[in-house]
Amino acid sequence: MHPRVLILQATGTNRDGDAAYAIELAGGTPVTLHVNQLRAHPELLQQFQMLLLPGGFSYGDALGAGRLLAADMRWLFQEPLAAFVAAGKPVLGICNGFQALVKSGWLPGPPDGALRATLTRNVSNRFECRWVRLDPNSSSPCVFTRGLTEPITCPVAHGEGRFVPRDETTLAELTAAGQVAVTYATAGGSPPTYPANPNGSTADIAGICNAEGTVFGLMPHPEDHVLPEQHPRWARGERGHLGLALFEQGVRYAAGL
Amino acid sequence: MSETFRVEVYWHGGVDGRVTDLLDQIAPLGIEGVKGARVSNLYFIRGDLASDDVERIAWALLTDPVVEGYLWTRVLDHATGAAADSVVEVGFHPGVTDPVATHLLRRARLLGIEGLQAVTTATRYQFDGDLSRADLDRLARELLCNTVIQSYTLGELQPAFVPDAAPSDAVDIVPIRDLTGDQLRALSTDRVLFLSLPEMQAIQSEFRAAGRDPTDIELEILAQTWSEHCLHKTFKAAIDFHREGGMPRVGPGAPAVTPNRETVPSLIGGYLRAATERLARPWVRSAFVDNAGIIDFDDTYEVSFKAETHNHPSALEPFGGANTGVGGVIRDIIGVSAKPIANTDVLCFGPLDLDADRVPGGSLHPRRIARGVVAGIEDYGNKMGIPTVSGAILYDEDYVANPLVYCGCVGIAPKGLHCNAPRPGDRIVALGGRTGRDGIHGATFSSAELTHDTGTTVGSVVQIGDPITEKAVLDAILQARDEGLYTAITDCGAGGFSSAVGEMGKDVGVDVELQHIPLKYPGLRPWEIWLSEAQERMVIAVPESNLARLAEICATYDVEWTVIGFFSGDGTLRIRYGGTIVADMPMDFVHEGWPRLTLSAVWTPPTVPDPQFPASLDLEAVLLRALAHPDVASKEDVIRRYDHEVQGATVVKPLVGLLDDGPSDAAVLRPLMTGGPRGLALGCGINPHYGQLDPYAMAWAAVDEALRNVVAVGADPERVALLDNFCWGNPALPDRLGGLVRAAQGCHDAALAYGTPFISGKDSLNNEFVDAQGVKRTIPPTLLISSLGMVDDVRTCVTMDLKQAGDAVYLVGETRAELGGSLLHRLFGGLSGTPPAPVPDAPESLRALHRAIGQSLVRAVHDLSEGGLAVAGAEMALAGHLGLALDLTAAPRGAISPSLGSNGVDTDTVLLFSESSARFLVEVAPEAGPAFEAVLAGQPCARVGTVTPDQRLRITGVEAAVLIDLPVELLAAAWRSTEVV
Repeated sequence: MHPRVLILQATGTNRDGDAAYAIELAGGTPVTLHVNQLRAHPELLQQFQMLLLPGGFSYGDALGAGRLLAADMRWLFQEPLAAFVAAGKPVLGICNGFQALVKSGWLPGPPDGALRATLTRNVSNRFECRWVRLDPNSSSPCVFTRGLTEPITCPVAHGEGRFVPRDETTLAELTAAGQVAVTYATAGGSPPTYPANPNGSTADIAGICNAEGTVFGLMPHPEDHVLPEQHPRWARGERGHLGLALFEQGVRYAAGL
Repeated sequence: MSETFRVEVYWHGGVDGRVTDLLDQIAPLGIEGVKGARVSNLYFIRGDLASDDVERIAWALLTDPVVEGYLWTRVLDHATGAAADSVVEVGFHPGVTDPVATHLLRRARLLGIEGLQAVTTATRYQFDGDLSRADLDRLARELLCNTVIQSYTLGELQPAFVPDAAPSDAVDIVPIRDLTGDQLRALSTDRVLFLSLPEMQAIQSEFRAAGRDPTDIELEILAQTWSEHCLHKTFKAAIDFHREGGMPRVGPGAPAVTPNRETVPSLIGGYLRAATERLARPWVRSAFVDNAGIIDFDDTYEVSFKAETHNHPSALEPFGGANTGVGGVIRDIIGVSAKPIANTDVLCFGPLDLDADRVPGGSLHPRRIARGVVAGIEDYGNKMGIPTVSGAILYDEDYVANPLVYCGCVGIAPKGLHCNAPRPGDRIVALGGRTGRDGIHGATFSSAELTHDTGTTVGSVVQIGDPITEKAVLDAILQARDEGLYTAITDCGAGGFSSAVGEMGKDVGVDVELQHIPLKYPGLRPWEIWLSEAQERMVIAVPESNLARLAEICATYDVEWTVIGFFSGDGTLRIRYGGTIVADMPMDFVHEGWPRLTLSAVWTPPTVPDPQFPASLDLEAVLLRALAHPDVASKEDVIRRYDHEVQGATVVKPLVGLLDDGPSDAAVLRPLMTGGPRGLALGCGINPHYGQLDPYAMAWAAVDEALRNVVAVGADPERVALLDNFCWGNPALPDRLGGLVRAAQGCHDAALAYGTPFISGKDSLNNEFVDAQGVKRTIPPTLLISSLGMVDDVRTCVTMDLKQAGDAVYLVGETRAELGGSLLHRLFGGLSGTPPAPVPDAPESLRALHRAIGQSLVRAVHDLSEGGLAVAGAEMALAGHLGLALDLTAAPRGAISPSLGSNGVDTDTVLLFSESSARFLVEVAPEAGPAFEAVLAGQPCARVGTVTPDQRLRITGVEAAVLIDLPVELLAAAWRSTEVV
């Protein structure tokens, strides 16, 4: 009933608590383990119904955001992770977790070829923390956004969130396959120039999933908008567009496995 | 065979934000020839490496193939790098913290490459355009490289690695017993001890009695322990105080008659801690005794709060200075066994647009300091996952040589887990970062004045932080805390192990083996190991039976830990190197042997310049200038670089309003783990310009503003705790000390009037600078009061942005003719006049307003501070994107003479721009008006206006003349027009 969700923490991960809180609210049972604990017992992974890679600065983002955690995933957990994904279990990477999924090749996937995209320094060359609006793509196979009709508002907080596909073909393929699961948007529907698109991402891409829709990553932090008073304008009476919806979809999917 | 390779990782991903940013920074330097630039990362890797190894490292670890490519070459030893046109390469000095290098070494081993021995990183800048060598040299010195921690080459850099060195056991015996006074003074100077003659004589007699001379490490320990920075001698000294004028003390804490001459027993004991003791608030759990003050949050949790300064290091190396300042205050919170949940930062810089020729030799330009400081705060706070939610930035030419960087941190912990009583036999465990030669003499240096060449003589005091190491330590400590594994905890700050272990063991005694302390590189002398201020280190006392479990936790979180000694129980500070005793002193002497001082202080009202007003004031133009003044102007450009959302607790954010761009009075946090509606509000009060007139008035105003900040968002005025942080000049000068006494008296009297205890405080003295011409400059006396207030239910919080056209707007609190030190006077080149006076009965208004907020009778509240009513009204309008019509006729007021002195400022101008304390603007829905007025009955409060739908700020004066009628958009544009970083 309450799927067990592994929150995988590396040294420097810092939004693990926020993610665990969101999972719990969404009806899952979060369990936080450090990479070193999973490394000692890789078989533990299969006891979970969902994997969540939370935000932060794994290994200080030395050598680039998420790169060393990506190296861990490739060198330490490739096999158990492949089995986990092959079983159709959902994987969610947020911010630094998204960076690690992209830089290890799991997103957009497949993970065995050359990298098809990256997340690099914001065009502003700055870390920026601000609230954004995300539109879910109704034709995406993503199990976290499937069925969502409302936009999500939540903060971004990153310096390296600019999504760059390897080339035009890759972008066209991702778009055609519905792998662009969430995009930056404006309330009025006008094109999301800066700061609505806070980092200069190609095609306003905020998050993508793999072809199957089970592995999903995004730069913004839906886990920091799961309660009404987290909204920046709740004192003005604004409500709704909670990021919690993403977690509820993911947990529901995991519970049905 | 060991070789060095150079790997250059270049960019091919289209727009490179680094370049855009770089060109923006070059623009104000006036170097015309720069047409474009390219930035590459350089990695110098040394070891017994095959070409294939280098290729794999470059490909698998250093390059993002989608946007980057790489080139590598062998570096020939002793060759000078290839000359290249228009290239500057910048690398760190050997030994400067370089986490990228550390990670690379570790990862190469995981890749199976065993031969990698050393790594150093650098940056390459290649410029397009016609640039002379002199231009490039200027770019390097003024922008790309800080020679305190880096070096640069025009062309290719020759890498510098930490040289191999043998371990050192060198300990000097310092003959002291037969020295004369002059020789003792010379010894103190030569060894950079910064000890006074009476202190040197106290040491001399102690060792005469012991029948031997001290070792160098013993002298260093005493210099550190007795430094102003660690001991706060000035705040503990008795002071003969002579007051020659100034307002009398007021309020329930003030004496009936303010004496002109008195002997103050000590500033801490007589005023700051005294106020807390007299208030005896039951919710104060710990004040002035631990690494941070601690108060009750609810029945289950306690919160801790501490603020520090890191001024001198930030003057020399802004990024590293601010970075390690943040890291240090976070460790103070870890040091009370708490999880850090918020950072606060208050910064004082020189004007960013200052002409380069007004920057004294040896100082960095304010723009460079501001950028570096903000980047340093951003780096540490964001990486630790602690939201930076509250702060202020002030700009004044008096801060050019002495910028101020106040770093605060708030923590939360379940009650009953923090302990601080090591027992004999417990092991002394060092956790976290390794010890290097960084930060030697930080404690003593920060107790000295800067000079134009401080940067070169004590460059080693400045460090760069490694927040991820500290994050790992935090995770491990919280786990160890929850399992009850330690009996005492403290952080390594100024004075390093000497201070941390010396303090922790002061009632028990310690026995330490220096050889067990892990070093970054060999060659440190024993005293350097003990005094090093290397970052990210904590010390805990652990019973031997708990060591095995501690080892498991540390392995999980990648934390290095070492037993470096034990608590002996014999009351002695005993230190060994390889078994040989190198220091052996009674703890009593180390901690209590310093000669008590009696200082003298005098306070005379200063002479300050008068503002020069034109024949008639254009009030609209004045308001626009006030909004564009950097002290007032939008700080969004800074705030957005700090993560203020992590941990999910920020329910009132630093930016509020319709488009999230208005200046919030305070931030409110509701920590998720507490599970309830309760929150805490964070604010601050600071105004050095009042202090230039009378520090007593400044202290009252700062307490009042800090309190109003948090009450404005919904905190209970009966549940607010304060921190005091004094940044001052040289206390040996009686006029500087006189001002300090006045400020401490103001803190005491205000705290008692408002019922707000101080729970922690810190001072940074000697903020003076002697430039190359020998001219001494001091900062204005700068008192920061930080406030932490409890909010019973965060769902009752209000923000400062106007909400609804048609609402009534009330002014709470009396306006008096108090323009001394005001923004208005400063805009016209003066300071003179009456500073805001204490308002001892303000707490009644605060309580009434709080009741109104609790009953949901108000829609917006904003406190009045710099720029007074005019600026506050404009800010509420621009944040809400609504109009505001104000009529000054009904504004509650004290005595306002129609003509103020020689300045000829009229009543309207006073009502608009006076900075009287204890005032708020409040938006109230029409239907709530009667209830609001009933709750505020008996308080100075009157309706002064209406929220309008027309997007204009319209203010009419007491004679019904329209004083100001401006579109809100224009106000907002002025407010956003100013460069703040």
